[in-house]
Amino acid sequence: MNVAVKENKKKREQKSTDEFIKGLWKENPVFVQVLGMCPVLAVTNTSMNALAMGLATSFVLLMSNILISLLRNFIPKQVRISSYILIIATFVTVIDYVIQAISVELHKSLGAFISLIVVNCLILSRAEAFASKNTLKHSVMDALGMGIGFTFALLCLGVVREVLGSGTVFQFQILPENFQSWIIMILPAGGFFTLAFWLLFFNYLKERKAKS
Amino acid sequence: MNTASLWSIFINACLINNFVLAYFLGICPFLGVSGKVATASKMGAAVTFVMVISSLCAFGINSILTAINAPYLQLISYIVVIASTVQLVEMFVKKMSPALFNALGIFLPLITTNCAILGLVLFQTAKGYNILEGFVYALGAGAGFTIALLLMAGLREQLELADTPKIVKGTAITLLIAGILSLGFMGFSGLG
Repeated sequence: MNVAVKENKKKREQKSTDEFIKGLWKENPVFVQVLGMCPVLAVTNTSMNALAMGLATSFVLLMSNILISLLRNFIPKQVRISSYILIIATFVTVIDYVIQAISVELHKSLGAFISLIVVNCLILSRAEAFASKNTLKHSVMDALGMGIGFTFALLCLGVVREVLGSGTVFQFQILPENFQSWIIMILPAGGFFTLAFWLLFFNYLKERKAKS
Repeated sequence: MNTASLWSIFINACLINNFVLAYFLGICPFLGVSGKVATASKMGAAVTFVMVISSLCAFGINSILTAINAPYLQLISYIVVIASTVQLVEMFVKKMSPALFNALGIFLPLITTNCAILGLVLFQTAKGYNILEGFVYALGAGAGFTIALLLMAGLREQLELADTPKIVKGTAITLLIAGILSLGFMGFSGLG
């Protein structure tokens, strides 16, 4: 019996690492599920903005997943979506004030997009599809995985756009001074093109893997 | 109130700073419901309606919140207003046209999490528009959203017939088109 318990425990642990891993790659919120596109395109004109946005979103995702998972047996089914949105909005208000306290400049450059984390489909979809049905531990792992996956995707875009658009990464000059920067990369159109090319790249990799 | 400034607010929200192509707001329905022109136009109308109502309500809420000095409640009360308006529209559409209700599917309740609407309300507050300017701004933003959606839907209907390579099918090609549209809309920037 002891063995069975142990095995069961092992299985459960296995599962919680799975929840963590899946957000990073297999179910990456941006590249695979195509969720939360607005911030992905809008604030990735520099790597710093992308990182800050990724961390802020991960924070809100983690906190709301925790709270929703704890309250999952108390929230009536009919009003669940509105309750989730209220919980998310509360944490977004918190992170909005936190960012303002840390760096006014960063707050300015992210602008309305911090408040707009409320309507990031990624967070609501995790709440509805995962946290409302799973235990606290799994929800935390899920939120961490998805949050890191989201931040990673934002950085993918942010770094490419900053390098090509201004020749820098996190404001360090990496391309030679005389590099003619591609202004289009920091304009809105550049966001669409960069994401399109990342998706093309991943599709290509998938295709090649499927063939071999 | 001078009409010229109202007109410029409208043009600004609709073309120069198009919500979808310049501010990246409302990308989800833009990618999701832009398959057919007929559905796209109705989606555009629904979003415009919710925008106008939310913009008017937000103006009222904002003056109350300023009066009682509680700006930290702003975000929470805005989202509640938007969610209730969407609920209203959903009931209305379900009653008036079940076919449209089915065509819009999940994207109807998802108007709540359409960033274009919350974005509109936040920008309106940040710019300090009065009630009439807010109304025009909401109309312009709604029109801009509908235009972008219609353009995309028209292009995608044609694309169905085109012979695209397998790896660009789906989201990738849609994003490439959106990028080109966005470049096109940059041409309007001289109008302001």
